[in-house]
Amino acid sequence: MKNFEYAQPRTEQEAVALLADQSKHSVVLAGGTDLISLMKRSVITPDRVVNIAEISGLQRIQRDEHGSIWVGAAVSLQSFLESSYTTELAAAQQIIQGIASLQLQAQGTVVGELLRRPMCWYFRSGHGLLAQQGRMVVEGDNRYHAILGNRRSAKFVNPSRLAPALIAAGAFVRIIKPGNDERFLELESLYQTPDQDGQTENVLTQGELVTHVMIPAQRDRLSAAYEIRHGEGPDQPLVSAAVGIQAERGIVREATVVLGQVAPIPWMAVEAARNLVGQPLNEQTATTAGIEAVAGALPLSGNEYKIQLTQVAVKRAVLRAAGLECGGLECQPPLEQDHHSGPLMV
Amino acid sequence: MSQPTKGFSRRAFLRGSGVAAAASSVTSTQSASAAIVPVPIIAGETQVSLTVNGQKKTVTVEPRTTLLDTLRYQLNLTGAKPVSSDGSSGASTVLVDGKPVMASTTLTVAVSGKSISTCEGLKDGDIPKAFVSNDAQQCGFCTPGFVVAVKAFLNQHPDATEEQIRAGLNGNICRCGTYANVLQAVIALVKGNQNG
Repeated sequence: MKNFEYAQPRTEQEAVALLADQSKHSVVLAGGTDLISLMKRSVITPDRVVNIAEISGLQRIQRDEHGSIWVGAAVSLQSFLESSYTTELAAAQQIIQGIASLQLQAQGTVVGELLRRPMCWYFRSGHGLLAQQGRMVVEGDNRYHAILGNRRSAKFVNPSRLAPALIAAGAFVRIIKPGNDERFLELESLYQTPDQDGQTENVLTQGELVTHVMIPAQRDRLSAAYEIRHGEGPDQPLVSAAVGIQAERGIVREATVVLGQVAPIPWMAVEAARNLVGQPLNEQTATTAGIEAVAGALPLSGNEYKIQLTQVAVKRAVLRAAGLECGGLECQPPLEQDHHSGPLMV
Repeated sequence: MSQPTKGFSRRAFLRGSGVAAAASSVTSTQSASAAIVPVPIIAGETQVSLTVNGQKKTVTVEPRTTLLDTLRYQLNLTGAKPVSSDGSSGASTVLVDGKPVMASTTLTVAVSGKSISTCEGLKDGDIPKAFVSNDAQQCGFCTPGFVVAVKAFLNQHPDATEEQIRAGLNGNICRCGTYANVLQAVIALVKGNQNG
């Protein structure tokens, strides 16, 4: 690892002051689960590392007078999961439970998870996010790459597992920079698809710090997430979907459908969500939402399978939100006792 | 660049947060900035004090020195293993203030003043005994990470079910595939019967 300067500010102001120096490439360290390994591989070679983990104001989860939950940038996934706040955030709870590594939950932070760098192996091998304007991905092994939003150079997928769930919950982020400048962005607007070398997968500029993610009160809004994974290990899911649904007497009044691991940004399946409105929640409408979510998909040579998986993820997320089914291993029908009996067993 | 339109209150949030405290101190006294101690910027070697397995230690490290390297090469605690540089193996798991973290992705400077427990500190506890009784190691390279992860897991879930144990120990990889016996060891610990 290339050496660097290290500082451990005590307040937000100190942090942005340390990040502001334009002559230095500065990065923010919180849990370090992603950043340190990228630095070891020299994918990122910062001049300065600013550790925000000890800023007491960022270690808290608070609820404001409107019922919104403010999660500080130093709050671990585990602290968030164990707080009483996640009980009303079914989708987020399901996702963090699925990041089933004690170490990642304890060491990783909520905001850090939202800002993980892509897992694209060309990026992680030092070829940059665009990997020769997308050529390496198109001509190479692209089984985990994008099927949506991939028509230009960027073919990687946004790696955040939590982002779709929090976007579906209507989350915002608070961003500060020196001079008491603060701005609020809808979480989905934090992400962008880079088009030129040097751009990243988020809109943060040098010196900016995401201090909080704020999640509005969900009240009776339904939500669920569904990730399709190789197995139960800590690997990245192949695809995921998260939904937030406001229903009245069984009819959808408003819906948000967000896909993960399929595009360079958490993908808003706008059409699928809009067409759910006015519909009852059942297997048929859930299936339709899944089909509509991938209507514009353009698979690469090795990832066509993701289309089917995404349809299934959306369908199961919708049904899970409605409390109708969870799908997958968790609720298989009871095994038929006499399945193997009969002529073959004689 | 949108302001939150509904359901957010900066006022309520800022009350009691570091933002409000800093802002008011600046406005109340013009000379406040003179009293503020600047944040030290560490470049090159620095001394860091840690409590490791109950003993105070002071080590000299660079900012880039990982906790794993400090434990192994300076403190001669070679239990935590360098298996994966990104922490995906779980073999470098140690407890920092009781929380399970990967020493391979933790900077030593970032845990200054904190309390570190390694598998060496657990050697007289029930967990290694349960591993031995249940033959829960083959080559043994992943075992120290597993022992620490089991400690952290059982602290949180003393009455875990088999399913919870499987999910909870997902962050530790064993190339020999001795998971079944690790599972038996943890089940024995939950049952309070380390001999299985």
